[in-house]
Amino acid sequence: MIDVLAKLKRLHWFDYVLLVGLVAVVVLIWYRIEGSLNYTWRWHIIPNYILRFDEDEGRWVANLLLQGVITTIRISIYASILALVLGVILGIARCSKNLTVRMLARTYLEVLRNIPPVVVIFIFFFFLSEQLVTAFGIEDWARAIARQDEKEVWEFFFGDMRRFPSLVSGVIVLALFESAFVGEIVRAGIQSVHKGQHEAAQSIGMSKTDQLRFIVLPQALRKVVPPMANQFISLIKDSSIISLISVQELTFKTVELVASTRAIFEAWIVTAVFYFVICFGLSLLFRRLERPKARNA
Amino acid sequence: MNDDAPIIQASGLNKFYGRFQALKNINLNVKQGERVVVCGPSGSGKSTLIRCINALENHDAGRLVVDGIEVYEGSKQIRNLRQEVGMVFQQFNLFPHLTVLENLTIGPVRVRKLNKQDAERNARKYLERVHIPEQADKYPSQLSGGQQQRVAIARSLCMETRIMLFDEPTSALDPEMINEVLDVMVNLADTGMTMVCVTHEMGFARKVADTMVFMDQGEIVESAPPEKFFTEPETERCKAFLKQILVH
Repeated sequence: MIDVLAKLKRLHWFDYVLLVGLVAVVVLIWYRIEGSLNYTWRWHIIPNYILRFDEDEGRWVANLLLQGVITTIRISIYASILALVLGVILGIARCSKNLTVRMLARTYLEVLRNIPPVVVIFIFFFFLSEQLVTAFGIEDWARAIARQDEKEVWEFFFGDMRRFPSLVSGVIVLALFESAFVGEIVRAGIQSVHKGQHEAAQSIGMSKTDQLRFIVLPQALRKVVPPMANQFISLIKDSSIISLISVQELTFKTVELVASTRAIFEAWIVTAVFYFVICFGLSLLFRRLERPKARNA
Repeated sequence: MNDDAPIIQASGLNKFYGRFQALKNINLNVKQGERVVVCGPSGSGKSTLIRCINALENHDAGRLVVDGIEVYEGSKQIRNLRQEVGMVFQQFNLFPHLTVLENLTIGPVRVRKLNKQDAERNARKYLERVHIPEQADKYPSQLSGGQQQRVAIARSLCMETRIMLFDEPTSALDPEMINEVLDVMVNLADTGMTMVCVTHEMGFARKVADTMVFMDQGEIVESAPPEKFFTEPETERCKAFLKQILVH
């Protein structure tokens, strides 16, 4: 309490002007919604769309919003792992001595950097992941599992197996998109490793691959943990785009919810809060994890 | 190998950085077990010369044969060569993410394909030799400069090379740590290791060198046994350099 008072004392008169202005804007928007839109708030229906009591089974089950959150988390985790693998390869390619390899990696990056994410996602979806899903017969395979009795393990990792192909598409598309940026982070990491490290490794006769694997990459990846953590958070936010290719993650489910209940404001505010809590929570977590690491730089 | 044949044989070496000529027509023969100290003002090409010997730099013209291996850009033998030629750097260049012991064993294990136990036993033996057996499990950043450089020397020793190159090994050290590193180098010289040292430590040079080489502006200006080199240098450039460096 005393802390808060002490902080209040540090406020300048201009800070008060800003705060008053801010409150005025909020009140104004509120007034517009209440007055002219004639919107009836129905906050009470929202909890039911997060957790619902299933009368038949006699237990609480996740409804639309929570299902969406879970799918978003699943996709984010798998896409991050895939993006990390692709990104490391891309980062190494960016530092390659071979011009062709370097140019290919550079082209991939520049293409992705200069096309809007939504367009990229559609292109990847129709040209790549759809083809992959068909080529590997993932659809039939997933359906076969969905019909099995013992599918708990599968469902724990991948959710409803009938939706598995769309999950795979979503993960591939998102990972391909994010890998370009992960690749840039990895490249920066590799290039930040001092030249003397390469020379020392060479001078004891290590092969190129061993130098990369045992000397350069371990140091590079250690240095890029903070930007990598940020990229992971970006990926969670970017995952909302894949609702456009009908992956049933949080944003997609919110659209569904709005369509059936018309609780536009409530639904989107709740979804925003979900994203915020996940991303901000992770950001605080990463910040905490980084701190003790500072010593072994 | 024939004892008389030089283990390092350089003839007519030239090296350019753009239009700057770093090495001018270098001729140098080093016999097995010989200790050569290379000195000269900064920018004279000393480091470039020894970096050419283990192919960290490629020479542009001339012939270089090290331990029977012809050195040229793109040679498939370079890795074999480097297994026989150890290098100690001015900035130590220890691997900061590995412990001292791991720094010493990674070469033998990955390159010489030694098993881990043997490599560790060997590593501890060499740590003993550089007088820091107790630091095996620390990370390089926890050691003093002198200790780090001794670990770097031990790292090269663990590869059991036939030749050791030293590129100003004491230049980055605080004065009070120079002697602990030089002591290790003197001991190493006593074992009969072939050594090529770039250094400004003339006391060390007098003690161990078989041959002194003085370089200036990319050329070998003078090459002589230390007795002669320090007492009656032939060229003016060498006299001037020695005067500067021996005053302190």
